[in-house]
Amino acid sequence: MTDSSLTKAIDSQTHSVWQQLYRSQPFWVTIAAIGLCVVLSWAGTDSRGEQVFFTAQNFNNVALNFSFIGIIAIGMTAVIITAGIDLSVGSVMGLSGIATGLTLSSGYGVEAGIAAGLLTALACGLVNGFLISYVGLSPFVVTLGMLSICRSLALVVSNNKMFYEFGPDEDLFVSIGGGSYFGIANSLVLMLILTIFLGFMLNYTAWGRHLYAIGSNENAATMTGVPVKAVKMSAYLFCSLTAGMSAIMIVGWMGSVTNALGMIYELRVIASAVIGGADLMGGVGSAYGALIGSFLVELIRNGLLMAGVDPYWQGTFVGLFIIFAVALERIRSHQSS
Amino acid sequence: MNSCSQENQSKSVFLDLRNISKSFGAIEALKGINMQLFAGEVVGLMGDNGAGKSTLIKILSGNYQPTSGEMYLEGHPQQFNRPVDARTHGIEVVYQDLALCDHLTAAHNVFLGREKKKWLGPLRILDNKFMLSKAGEIFAMLKSETRPRDLVKQMSGGQRQAVAIARTQLSSPELVLMDEPTAAISVRQVSEVLGLIKRLQSQGVGVLLISHRMPDIFTVCDRVVVLRRGEKVADKHISETSQDEVTGLITGALESA
Repeated sequence: MTDSSLTKAIDSQTHSVWQQLYRSQPFWVTIAAIGLCVVLSWAGTDSRGEQVFFTAQNFNNVALNFSFIGIIAIGMTAVIITAGIDLSVGSVMGLSGIATGLTLSSGYGVEAGIAAGLLTALACGLVNGFLISYVGLSPFVVTLGMLSICRSLALVVSNNKMFYEFGPDEDLFVSIGGGSYFGIANSLVLMLILTIFLGFMLNYTAWGRHLYAIGSNENAATMTGVPVKAVKMSAYLFCSLTAGMSAIMIVGWMGSVTNALGMIYELRVIASAVIGGADLMGGVGSAYGALIGSFLVELIRNGLLMAGVDPYWQGTFVGLFIIFAVALERIRSHQSS
Repeated sequence: MNSCSQENQSKSVFLDLRNISKSFGAIEALKGINMQLFAGEVVGLMGDNGAGKSTLIKILSGNYQPTSGEMYLEGHPQQFNRPVDARTHGIEVVYQDLALCDHLTAAHNVFLGREKKKWLGPLRILDNKFMLSKAGEIFAMLKSETRPRDLVKQMSGGQRQAVAIARTQLSSPELVLMDEPTAAISVRQVSEVLGLIKRLQSQGVGVLLISHRMPDIFTVCDRVVVLRRGEKVADKHISETSQDEVTGLITGALESA
């Protein structure tokens, strides 16, 4: 055997599609999601034996519910890849939603309302990113503080009122969040676009490579000339921006907003990203993982409801699944090393 | 020092350090270092732990700025504020901890911080194909069995070393700084790395080599500089000194030479 054919043989062994799939967490989560769908389609019938899980309406429901979480899970994945965390996304979502609601109900147009929501989110991301990247504070502490600040500001700004009148462009605004495109809910379309966007950025741009580099060895990234601070900053900006987008979609869909919007969403978002394979130690994560992770979390919730399990149990099942997913990841990486 | 500069008069001075000092708070890591590096010369930098070797390397690579003193590059005063500055002036570094990212492939590690890009319509995207093949070429040149697609976390110590050294070969550097390149690898790989240093020298590339291993220094270096507690205590041509003398200088048994 010649040298180059030997190299090729080794290459094909270590880089085969199956090897890659076996190592990839999103692949196993996809299998789990498909398995769960099969079980639910068999078990998900009501007392008269009619299918309740495999209906267009329920699927729409799942799709809507998971897209609001999934949109933020995309942003969270970018942050987690850098070995960071953003605990403030739920509160940022609440504050952005209030900003949008307040602007619209004060009689401004839909552009102004959306701009208010997104700019509020970006401002939060800017503060998070600046304190973490340039001042060097710990992401956990900074975003925990931001969680508290944004929730409190949402109360202050809204004066604990609900906003449900969205001014002159109300119909347009509601159709953005609640409408659909060729039968696919707009928020799901947005989530798919964001998934493709992040997937492209992670795999084909220097920015994406730098996120992974910072997460696996920040010191090395600095020494090789990666603009570490700017890249980290951009990850927190992107994460907050996705929280703002999700807020605008969910407010339009619900037709109202209170300062409790997005309460403890951060836990479901982080759970989705982690189940989708993002490693809190940094350096690992994918856009598809965020999508499939949030889908699975919603599927578990929906499945339990359909199976008639008391909703109080939801947290227990989701929690067990997070631990199970991470344990599985450990076992596989232990085997391959 | 004098004997050295006379001998090297025919060669041009690439880097000239004048009275370089660096302190961290109350600690003086370097005290008034004067040193010249000639083009294409292999210089060994020795000293005990805490003597200031790594600090000096980090100043030359733009990671630290000296507290005082000047640096002249090919006769012009020069200041490196960032690692990229040193790189653009032809100085490449192999760090002691190799500065590798475990979750990236060998090829992406080689190109880290200076990724090759191409246009996709209006977008600048990574040219992964080019990076893989170029990294493969460099590994072949280094005679290393490293595969460009492998993740660095799956690699042996020697392969990791090869990735870090391959990184310096992307540009055509004037000077390569190496911080303990032979500290954590097997005997066979040590001779490979020393072979590489010789190959760099034959191509006219200068090397500043930090090492604890006396035999390595005496195998590849033209000159040896000894630091002790932040001060330069010796700067001698390798043929004018001995391993015993250098050991004495490092430990302080000999005051200076």
